[in-house]
Amino acid sequence: MSEVTRTDAIIIGAGPVGLFAVFELGLLDIKAHLIDILPKIGGQCSELYPEKPIYDIPGFPVVTGQELVDNLNRQIHPFGPTFHLGEMVEGLEVLGTPDEPLFRVRTDADTILEAKVVLIAAGGGSFQPKRPPTPGVEAYEGKSVFYAVRKMEHFRGRRVLIAGGGDSALDWALNLHPVAARVTLVHRRDEFRAAPHSVNAMRALVAENKMDLAIAQLAGLKGSEGQITAVTLKGADQQPFDLECDDLLAFYGLTMKLGPIADWGLNLHENLIPTDTAKFETNVPGIFAVGDIITYPGKLKLILSGFHEAALAAQRAHHYVYPHKKLLFQYTTSSTSLQRKLGVA
Amino acid sequence: MTKVTYIDASGVSRAVEAQVGSTVMETALRNSVPGIEAECGGACACATCHVYVAPEWTEIVGKPSQMEEDMLDFAADVRPNSRLSCQIKVTAALDGLVVTTPAKQG
Repeated sequence: MSEVTRTDAIIIGAGPVGLFAVFELGLLDIKAHLIDILPKIGGQCSELYPEKPIYDIPGFPVVTGQELVDNLNRQIHPFGPTFHLGEMVEGLEVLGTPDEPLFRVRTDADTILEAKVVLIAAGGGSFQPKRPPTPGVEAYEGKSVFYAVRKMEHFRGRRVLIAGGGDSALDWALNLHPVAARVTLVHRRDEFRAAPHSVNAMRALVAENKMDLAIAQLAGLKGSEGQITAVTLKGADQQPFDLECDDLLAFYGLTMKLGPIADWGLNLHENLIPTDTAKFETNVPGIFAVGDIITYPGKLKLILSGFHEAALAAQRAHHYVYPHKKLLFQYTTSSTSLQRKLGVA
Repeated sequence: MTKVTYIDASGVSRAVEAQVGSTVMETALRNSVPGIEAECGGACACATCHVYVAPEWTEIVGKPSQMEEDMLDFAADVRPNSRLSCQIKVTAALDGLVVTTPAKQG
């Protein structure tokens, strides 16, 4: 078993609300580890709309998703959070009692953390690869249909069809080309979102007949027992045709799924976690939830609401982390003790 | 008032009143028209509000922008008349617009 790391609080989700929770917990001397399935912080702000303006963050007439995330990262820096990025939480185990909670969280990268409180700030759920729009694709997943490359060796000597027009599709087409028996790139139009130098490299290989390019959309899969034998494609003329291959690597972007959160014994209401509005605690004492993933009467899915929820959850979290310490409410403008924590006094 | 008609994949047609200035996606959600998910809330950052514009309307509605074309890469069964409905702003010229929702969003 991997080594267990002990901390005060585990935050699941490093979007804006998860990041700000580090700040609110930090002011109360609660150390936090953050886990996010994306390889970067910021959640939807950096994944879906990094360049898009947000107009309803108090104090910022306009700020882009990425600017907000960068600012939050600066703001929480004094508290030295530990990030576990590109990892998905697989298990959450209750070790303690309702009065003295203790939780063990395990990720798919075998990170094991133990903490007295868990704060779920998972937004719309975890970003996971979108399935290609081909019926019956589930039966082949992990055997001959993949949405990421874990081991390049798997593709050695195989005929690989790569679907997509972004950087992932182009990068893997180029990287697998020397390994695979044959790489065919399939994209719905003869224009690519990927970096121009990758597109040029791909076009050069196609011109030398070392790679195939098909302008078409996926329409179906053929095969049995998890092994595909051909992919049915539809070109601009809408006429279906089959292309024989051994593997399909599909890059259709990301979608949000609730994922393993559904298995943690938490009450759920239409894929949202109900909380109270004083402590933002779930039905499991010591597990808090904040931001877009929660529901309560009047809930608004706004970043600013998530910030408020994180502040209140932190107050209650203090009770579990420091059961014998009285919590004194203080302002950052006037409290020397808070300013010391922030590194400004 | 401006009218937009949504036909779902099974052929059921729903005509609703649309506000000029809102989008075809917002109009669908506001009127509980099924078949449009709009996972990203209208940021042109997903492809779950995909519609097919009726042939007689494609010229008036116009072509997708570069950003929208990029997003359409993630949609299923994209056709020449495919658009993301969050990127179609309702104007008086679109009164009577007809769109069809696909069998599957994203």
